[in-house]
Amino acid sequence: MTETQNLTLVQAVRDGLFTEMSADEDVVVLGEDVGKNGGVFRATEGLYDEFGGDRVIDTPLAESGIIGAAVGMAAMGMRPVPECQFSGFMYPGFDQIVSHMSRFRTRSRSRFTLPMTLRAPYGGGIRAPEHHSESKEAFYAHEAGLKVAIPSTPYDAKGMLISAIRDPDPVVFLEPKLIYRAFRGEVPEEDYEVPLGEAITRREGDDIAVFTWGAMTRPTMEAAESLAEEGIECEVVDLRTVSPLDREAIVEAFEKTGRAAVVHEAPKSGGLGAEITATIQEEALLYQEAPVKRITGFDVPFPLYALEDYYLPSAARVEAGVKEAVNFP
Amino acid sequence: MSVLETDPEDMIRVIDEDGEVVGDVPDLSEEEFVAMYRYMKLARHFDERAVSLQRQGRMGTYPPLSGQEGAQIGSALALAENDWIVPSYREHGAALVRGVPLKQTLLYWMGHEDGNRMPEGVNVFPVAVPIASQIPHATGAAWARKLQGDDDVFLCYFGDGATSEGDFHEGLNFAGVFDTPTVFFCNNNQWAISVPRERQTASATLAQKADAYGFEGVRVDGMDPLAVYKATTAAVEKARDPDEDQLRPTMIEAVQYRFGAHTTADDPTVYRDEDEVEKWKAKDPIPRLENYLRAEEILNDERVAEIEASVKEEVAGAIDEAESVPRPEPREMFEHAYAELPPELERQYEEFAAVREEYGDDAFLED
Ligand SMILES: Cc1ncc(C[n+]2csc(CCOP(=O)(O)OP(=O)(O)O)c2C)c(N)n1
Ligand SMILES: [Mg+2]
Repeated sequence: MTETQNLTLVQAVRDGLFTEMSADEDVVVLGEDVGKNGGVFRATEGLYDEFGGDRVIDTPLAESGIIGAAVGMAAMGMRPVPECQFSGFMYPGFDQIVSHMSRFRTRSRSRFTLPMTLRAPYGGGIRAPEHHSESKEAFYAHEAGLKVAIPSTPYDAKGMLISAIRDPDPVVFLEPKLIYRAFRGEVPEEDYEVPLGEAITRREGDDIAVFTWGAMTRPTMEAAESLAEEGIECEVVDLRTVSPLDREAIVEAFEKTGRAAVVHEAPKSGGLGAEITATIQEEALLYQEAPVKRITGFDVPFPLYALEDYYLPSAARVEAGVKEAVNFP
Repeated sequence: MSVLETDPEDMIRVIDEDGEVVGDVPDLSEEEFVAMYRYMKLARHFDERAVSLQRQGRMGTYPPLSGQEGAQIGSALALAENDWIVPSYREHGAALVRGVPLKQTLLYWMGHEDGNRMPEGVNVFPVAVPIASQIPHATGAAWARKLQGDDDVFLCYFGDGATSEGDFHEGLNFAGVFDTPTVFFCNNNQWAISVPRERQTASATLAQKADAYGFEGVRVDGMDPLAVYKATTAAVEKARDPDEDQLRPTMIEAVQYRFGAHTTADDPTVYRDEDEVEKWKAKDPIPRLENYLRAEEILNDERVAEIEASVKEEVAGAIDEAESVPRPEPREMFEHAYAELPPELERQYEEFAAVREEYGDDAFLED
């Protein structure tokens, strides 16, 4: 029997880093405050003492430098894990992400591959200042050549991070910081992989398929439980990787129920809900009994925290949206 | 010789740690000296109260400024009425000098967007959180004023960490090339969260970076408000009205220290020694100016007590005012995205409002 530990999501991230750094000398962590401070969320706590300043690297305050240098390291066969302190501060490095990180393999006809994992906490709900709350996974999912992973449990956080670090291609690894410490889960001490690109069913139900990921799994599950009391059974699918999408799982859950909702905290227009809806249209039109309901953030800049609880999809909005889809026409 | 010609390796100073005069004291009236002192006391007391509000759950994450009052107040006071400041997120003291009410600053850190709406006539840009991103704005804004034929000067604040970002270099480079009336004021408080100044650059000083852009860079003792005032005044004058052979921009590196945490979410004991903090606390800008002003007989026990009492009252009043502002209506999220609300946004709002109506506010709000 494997030993397990009871960890929070952020501790599981740290454990995943520790596991891979112990196994492979080419794995290095670099970013702002990741060393001595152990990361502003403590995701790299203790790694500096364990592996030293050459592998757990406090960099100057420059995201283009961090990501660009990681591209160079990865091209030389290392497996860098750069961190951006918040996803809202990835943009000074955006050019490196979309012009290079995603394209090195293509550009060099696979002579160079970039086995790098760019980590960043993302999402709202922690009463933080401006730019600390956005969900911009769609930017990265829109960029060919990148994989985009978003764990929602401690078990997945460790397993998906290990998969990402071992992946021959670059992965953007977005961590839902609202649930960094919201609950604990059993996490094996040994190394294990949770494959990227595979969704998981969190709850079975026949009436409607609800697709979600990251911190939104919580209000979605909460709504599903209270809807069950009213006799509405939701099949809740946690996509876990938003690029590549597990289209098979989407279609399968949809064909089972004929109705769907998507819950994401990112703005509605151009969000991944649209991609999921289009997939259903393309692959399962004849099963469709109702329009797909999108329950999302609004198409406005993420507000300062006095209003963030209104911005983020709540269990109430999920409930209302699911009922609309279930009661159609 | 202008103070701006000081070698970037040297340090402009006026009073030392004990308030003893070590340089030319700037020409300020008694009232101006007292105003400078009072602003610093006000900023310090405000800061202490803000940290305590955060601890009590009455405010969100807050970036304290204690230790940095000399740099903020000394520099902001060097501006003329029409000049502007372009702040980062820690310049509550400078903002105060420029006319931003304390209530606004409190509201902002309490998560109200209105806190970032500067009153008309207050020449202060909104808070910029992404590091160094405001620097090119200060260049562009100053450039605009020059093109428009005005003579306003722009004072841009940023930290030591900011000098590592591309925006810093691009902003200063444009300023040099287009000769904009911008003063780049670097609050070198020795730390960018847990990363020490030496980890930002292998350059001996930050001020010397200005050299690469073709204009002057100087270091000033940032814990000495009089030295800061003197250097900034010279830089502002040059920006407004340069000699023929001078470029308008200047970079000022104000060498100082943040006494407290980076923000209320940070624990500095993880990365820095208490000894270092104590060493810098001995340079505290407030007692130092007070000592000088007492020696000059501009301040005495009685006036200091008066100022302390009035500062407390002012801050307490601002807190009461800010806390009496109700939570904004969710509609406000939608109202400032565009000049006119697009139909899809109207639809999103209406759908939201219907759910709110049905489920009640408790279904949304945690507290
Ligand atoms: C582009 C960007 N990257 C990272 C951050 C997170 N962050 C906030 S403050 C800070 C350190 C800033 O240090 P410095 O420029 O010295 O200013 P100080 O806070 O010391 O005044 C960091 C890394 C940010 N706000 N923006
Ligand atoms: Mg600093």
